[in-house]
Amino acid sequence: MTDATSSNVPGERSGKTSLYAQDARTKRRNAAEARFRAYGIAAIVVAILALIGLVSSILYNGSSAFRQTFITMDIYLDPAKLDKDGSGDIEKIAKVSTFGYAPLIAKAFEAEFEKPGIGVEGLTAKKAAKMISKEGPADLRRFVLANPDKIGETVTFKFLASGRIDGYYKGRVTAETAKLDKNVSPEQLLLADQLKEAGVLKTTFNFGFLTNADASENRPEAAGLGVAILGSFYMMLVVLCLTLPIGVAASIYLEEFAPKNWITDIVEVNISNLAAVPSIVFGILGLAIFINFMGLPQSAPIVGGLVLTLMTLPTIIIATRASLKAVPPSIRDAALGVGASKMQAVFHHVLPLAAPGILTGTIIGLAQALGETAPLLLIGMVAFVREYPAGPPEGFFDPAAALPVQVYNWTQRADPAFVERASGAIIVLLVFLLAMNAIAIILRRRFERRW
Amino acid sequence: MNDMSFVERNVDTKNIKIAAKDVQVYYGDTHAIKDVNVNIEDKTVTAFIGPSGCGKSTFLRCLNRMNDTIDVCRVKGDILLDGEDIYDKKVDPVQLRAKVGMVFQKPNPFPKSIYDNVAYGPRIHGLAKNKAELDEIVEKSLRRGAIWDEVKDRLDAPGTGLSGGQQQRLCIARAVATEPEVLLMDEPCSALDPIATAQVEELIDELRERYSVIIVTHSMQQAARVSQKTAFFHLGNLVEFGETGQIFTNPEDPRTESYITGRIG
Repeated sequence: MTDATSSNVPGERSGKTSLYAQDARTKRRNAAEARFRAYGIAAIVVAILALIGLVSSILYNGSSAFRQTFITMDIYLDPAKLDKDGSGDIEKIAKVSTFGYAPLIAKAFEAEFEKPGIGVEGLTAKKAAKMISKEGPADLRRFVLANPDKIGETVTFKFLASGRIDGYYKGRVTAETAKLDKNVSPEQLLLADQLKEAGVLKTTFNFGFLTNADASENRPEAAGLGVAILGSFYMMLVVLCLTLPIGVAASIYLEEFAPKNWITDIVEVNISNLAAVPSIVFGILGLAIFINFMGLPQSAPIVGGLVLTLMTLPTIIIATRASLKAVPPSIRDAALGVGASKMQAVFHHVLPLAAPGILTGTIIGLAQALGETAPLLLIGMVAFVREYPAGPPEGFFDPAAALPVQVYNWTQRADPAFVERASGAIIVLLVFLLAMNAIAIILRRRFERRW
Repeated sequence: MNDMSFVERNVDTKNIKIAAKDVQVYYGDTHAIKDVNVNIEDKTVTAFIGPSGCGKSTFLRCLNRMNDTIDVCRVKGDILLDGEDIYDKKVDPVQLRAKVGMVFQKPNPFPKSIYDNVAYGPRIHGLAKNKAELDEIVEKSLRRGAIWDEVKDRLDAPGTGLSGGQQQRLCIARAVATEPEVLLMDEPCSALDPIATAQVEELIDELRERYSVIIVTHSMQQAARVSQKTAFFHLGNLVEFGETGQIFTNPEDPRTESYITGRIG
């Protein structure tokens, strides 16, 4: 201020100045601009570092969930144990519980011990059989019940290794920790190395992680996301089928047809408010209305879908209205000018132009719903579900899990193997979210490229 | 007051196409148009001139009820099209707008192909029974819009890809495709360069053979060039209406004189 008006007449420059020399005011202004740019770059760097930190920690913890140690052995399905009277009657075979299968697995280990270079002192076949997951006998039983004609034959079967053995190859378990662990012994680890050498024990890609149902506390190696992915898929189906028509219809009415009066003002304000309501509130609402009042089943994707629909609708309405507003009014004038009715103008001209924005908004809304956990906890989606929901439409009413809830669920468990599973589930969730965002971008590009 | 100049302009006697009686337009509390009485003749180009905000565009938009889309806008008085009150309760504005076509200030082709731009009106009004008829209507309209030769080889190209002048002529072709009886033009040349303007003006002169054309313009030269009748609006009043030649050479009202000589507006 002062230097600009050093002559006594306000508003008049004093003396002749050179363009080559920056005056104090310009210097200050340039410094402020440089500072602002530095702040901006710093903010972006912080954001990128945070993102890298987040993603790399998840990948570091979770990528091992996609690899799984398996022990492949020839196993003799002894008819004397599985089908005592030789009738082949499936109901009688089904009476043999998983305990009946454990000796067969021990026998298979005995056969392995006869091979050269395999066998650890003090480790019996029975103890060695503990290296197989507790899920192993159950898997074998399921296989036998599905193929009863295989009884009496020797089949090659791929068993899940137990969580500790699996952890040994992922760096979670060492000989020292095994000494203190009642679930695994150092001898078993030695044998595992020998089996690996012999090609019996292998670490391969873990398809089961994507297809299996959840498993109980002491068999993390068998836990998978199958039910959760299916449950999330069903919920997204419900959300999409409800939000898109309702949201778009509501937005078109509010934006193009509704008179501007105090009622529509209230509606508008409340839509914006609903978008800001904490999602858990929608969970309470869903519990009270859909489950307690309407009597829909707990843990069901239909209820989850309805709750997420309520949560997503405001987002989609706001996005749709924004993209309708972005269509230039001259297009509406043009359509009305040639004698189109209001509805023809909207559906023939405005809506197609707004479609990319509407689609993007919808997919972003769906992605938000896909990652939502809190409301689902309240409507019972947090339950332990082993059964896959049936195909649609009955499946919408069957109990199911959801991806984010499965993550929450697994982080609550004690076995460190579940940390890996939870991180793996987060990776799956992120892949789905990225895929949805990619679809949104592709759709937008494709529609906009037309003209 | 305009009988004399009929002779020198060599124009046939016309029917009254649109008659406005005591038209008042309000935007909320603003009285935008005051007591406008005007008779617009068939097969004539009528120019509305006046300074910005004088209500000429507002009045133009009343003639095909485009003001209906503005919530706060109210129209009083009678506007008769061929003796029928267009603000009658029985009148559907959609039917009215098919009869009274409109061309806007900014060229606003639909972001569709040139063909679809022109074919849209006939399609929604069911003017063509089949594709061949529609093709015929599109060609006829594009010819009337004096753009056929430029676009006949690329009817599938987007209308938005044309130059400004071509777009405006496309919009005129689109407007005439529904076979209107009156064509309203709201400053159709304000976004165009002089060459495109000349083309559009030439076109307007041709359109006079079939339609009653009403053009709002800021350019007094343009009004003088294209119109037979001129209406001068000032502050919501219709100050003077008469033969174009007379308005520009011998205006009756001092405000008209001030405007055309450049003292106001």
